[in-house]
Amino acid sequence: MDNAFDWTFFSEVLVGGLLAGVMYSLVAIGFVLIYKTSGVFNFAQGSMVLFAALTFVSLTERGLSFGAALAVTAAAMAVLGIVVENAVLRPLVNRPPVTLFMATLGLSYIIEGGAQLLWGAQVHALELGIQDTPLEVSGMLISKFDLIAAGISAGMVAVLSLFFRYTRTGLAFRAVADDTFAALAVGLRLPRIRTAVWIAAGLVSLVAGLLWGSRLGVQFSLSLVVLKALPVLVLGGFDSVPGVIVGGLLIGAFEKLAEVYLGPYVGGGIEGWFAYAIALLFLLIRPAGLFGGRTLERV
Amino acid sequence: MTEEILSAPGFRVHGTPNILEAPPKAISASAIPLRTSPRPEILRLEEITLSFSGVIALKDVSLDIRRGEIRSIIGPNGAGKSSLINLISGIYRPSRGRIYLNGRKFRRVPTHRLARLGVARTFQNLALFGGLSVLDNIKLARGIHRRATLVEELSGLGRARREEADALARAGSLIDFLGLGSVRDRLAGSLPYGMQKRVELARALAAEPAMLLLDEPMAGMTPADKQTMAESIRTIRAEFGTAVVLIEHDIGMVMELSDRIAVLDYGRKIADGTPAEIRTDPRVIEAYTGVVHEESEPEDLR
Amino acid sequence: MSAPSLSKSNLPRWLAPLILLGIAYGVVPFAGGSYLFEAILTPFLILSLAGVGLNLLTGYAGQLSLGSAAFMAVGAFGAFNFNLRIQGLPIPVSIVLAGVSAALLGVAFGLPSLRLKGFYLAISTLAAQFFVQWVLTKFGWFSNNSPSGVIDAPALQVLGIHFDGPVGRYLFALTVVVVLTALVARLVKTRTGHQFIAVRDHELAARVIGVPVFRTKLLAAAISSFIIGVAGALWAFAYLRTVEVAGFNLDRSFQIVFLIIIGGLASIRGAFFGAALIVVFPLLLSRLGAFLLGGVFNSGVLEMSQHIFLGALIIAFLIAEPKGLVALWDRLTARAAALFLSQTRKANTDIVP
Repeated sequence: MDNAFDWTFFSEVLVGGLLAGVMYSLVAIGFVLIYKTSGVFNFAQGSMVLFAALTFVSLTERGLSFGAALAVTAAAMAVLGIVVENAVLRPLVNRPPVTLFMATLGLSYIIEGGAQLLWGAQVHALELGIQDTPLEVSGMLISKFDLIAAGISAGMVAVLSLFFRYTRTGLAFRAVADDTFAALAVGLRLPRIRTAVWIAAGLVSLVAGLLWGSRLGVQFSLSLVVLKALPVLVLGGFDSVPGVIVGGLLIGAFEKLAEVYLGPYVGGGIEGWFAYAIALLFLLIRPAGLFGGRTLERV
Repeated sequence: MTEEILSAPGFRVHGTPNILEAPPKAISASAIPLRTSPRPEILRLEEITLSFSGVIALKDVSLDIRRGEIRSIIGPNGAGKSSLINLISGIYRPSRGRIYLNGRKFRRVPTHRLARLGVARTFQNLALFGGLSVLDNIKLARGIHRRATLVEELSGLGRARREEADALARAGSLIDFLGLGSVRDRLAGSLPYGMQKRVELARALAAEPAMLLLDEPMAGMTPADKQTMAESIRTIRAEFGTAVVLIEHDIGMVMELSDRIAVLDYGRKIADGTPAEIRTDPRVIEAYTGVVHEESEPEDLR
Repeated sequence: MSAPSLSKSNLPRWLAPLILLGIAYGVVPFAGGSYLFEAILTPFLILSLAGVGLNLLTGYAGQLSLGSAAFMAVGAFGAFNFNLRIQGLPIPVSIVLAGVSAALLGVAFGLPSLRLKGFYLAISTLAAQFFVQWVLTKFGWFSNNSPSGVIDAPALQVLGIHFDGPVGRYLFALTVVVVLTALVARLVKTRTGHQFIAVRDHELAARVIGVPVFRTKLLAAAISSFIIGVAGALWAFAYLRTVEVAGFNLDRSFQIVFLIIIGGLASIRGAFFGAALIVVFPLLLSRLGAFLLGGVFNSGVLEMSQHIFLGALIIAFLIAEPKGLVALWDRLTARAAALFLSQTRKANTDIVP
């Protein structure tokens, strides 16, 4: 950082940030799915990521093949989704959003505690078989793992988009998200759709859990990825899938750049709050987020 | 009926505590002589247009409200009646046009100063503070006249004590006036619908407004409750000289109560005049009967 | 929800608190060993105070905060630094200044509430949580450059009276908690307290009748943060005696949120009920677990099962008793009183021919 600004290094940091941002988006998307259909601000999304990763890694450690462990974990996530919808959220239907949020806070404690009680609290290494060798792209060194992870995340988003566009369940989901009352009026079965959404969110957290788990190791702190996803949601809007993708990219990029260029001046470690600072500043300018629906005050 | 209300205990026209003898405020209406014409104007809207992202809710609407009159705004659902009230109370900002309140020009009426400007309103959907008692709901609306600091409030001394006594007296007489004595200490949120509507009216009156905006005060009420409410509105005007802007679907009630009526249709004002004039206006008849709007309620026509 | 008037109408409202105060000052200090004070009563009192503070903001004014631990940290480190750096400053003044520091921070992070609602505000308080933790860890000045980042509390001494030992520190905490709780109990009955509730229940209607909404929200944030800050100072001075930033993490913030949900939102007694449960229930759980499972029930298992039970408790209360333990207690006592009354009445009618 002398006279000549090192653009290659800058680009490396930027791309690294963008790729990390995609992984933030991945966690945030599970969140958006649930928020859009049921208005629940699901704080337990992070603990679901932990639960999925911990279940998967523990199963492989007990000798299951990758595919079998994946299938069993996916089934477990589905069961979890069904239980949550029926045991926690259905009794709380029509309650204020803050109540639902607090219920998911309680839920996150149960899932975290349960996952660790079941599988132990020690750190597990998760090997997905992706070599994390740096890849050289036009002079920049880019993590191959990050690239593949971003690719998988993008694929996930594409699959979800196709699902919502072309399948019956997907269309029903969108109908509920757009207008709950109208959807009820035409006879869509709300509880079933909401259960489906929780299952979908569970599967998204499985993918997120595998990717984040192989990056950070599978341990309690994995559930804290939800704290990374919140600023992304604030930036993108709680109800917008494209919003959280852009939000994730922005947060990822800004965070990495700030860490590298600003961090040294303030003693480092700013990644814990910097994303929040960006998100809050942005909020003060645009309270509904980048793509969030503006709601008119009706009286 | 009026006599009955006036003779109700606590609602005394003479003697204290008396609503009428409250110290005159900057724009207190009580000093305005009634039944003299023309009464001075309190509010004037000039060529107001209001649109929400391209959808026009009000188009070139001009309207004046005079002191102490009961002024109804009618029209089919979606005609822009509530938008008009929201505009007067500053919740919406007009896309075009001017608002004059007590002769002062506003681009947008500042909602947080509405009470000080002598305007009070009720809401179409109930907007009480459900976690406060009926008494506290009403007392709180007296707050604009209070000056006590937090320390004075905590100690209950000095200005806080006098202001508390004033708020209590005012709220007490309104509670008697609107027959809320039996539910005075109940949480407002726990009351039946019609009762909550009356509490909202009492709360709106607490600050002695010069103009009262009532957004469907009788919606969902039984005929008997409607009669009581109508009597209350008459008494409010007669005794406090308050201008009342009334949105109501019950046309019969509107014809009975109003001094003047403005008719809105698709966001435009199509007629304005006395009940007799409105009743015979061909455009009004057409709007209500000729072309029945999709969501209009023809059963409201009597 | 008011309890049926049957049970309480014949007793003056101040009687129950007065009896409790009498017991807390007159009986408790002479009963029980140091474990009772150090592990149960003192943390219970301080958490209750933090709960009272958060309840003012969340329960009464309707602003969810997830950053209470940050304000406790500011209180703890603030009191430590005021006491350290200003020679001869009396301890109570240090604590009040620490509360004021927390209040200033509360106002700063409450400012977004002008534009933000609900979850967005909650996220702004999360930002406070992470930012404060970072600042206090990163800048050694705040912990007087102690290599471990741990601060040691000074001896508690006010006007020549020493509050030493478990009982002394209990009495110190008790006094602060009683004074502040009494002030808050008074506050929520004043116009300002009613304005908090009005803003919570219907912000627009509040604005229309002339409640200064923004000022009211900031005032709620300031007073709430002040109280939570003082609770933090007590946590450092009267409870732990040595404090590090990590003790004021997100889990602590959640603990205080849980405490007011379980105890009862918008209820002063609720904070005490909730704190009692939060303090006592892990102790009970560890005893019970050790009794039932023996050696398998190690500290790890204990922690996990605490999490599970706490989470389940929150959900159960939200579903079955959203008004918290206070409502449960009021219902039970009312029923007991009604039963008692009907019995005595029956007895009376039996006597009178």
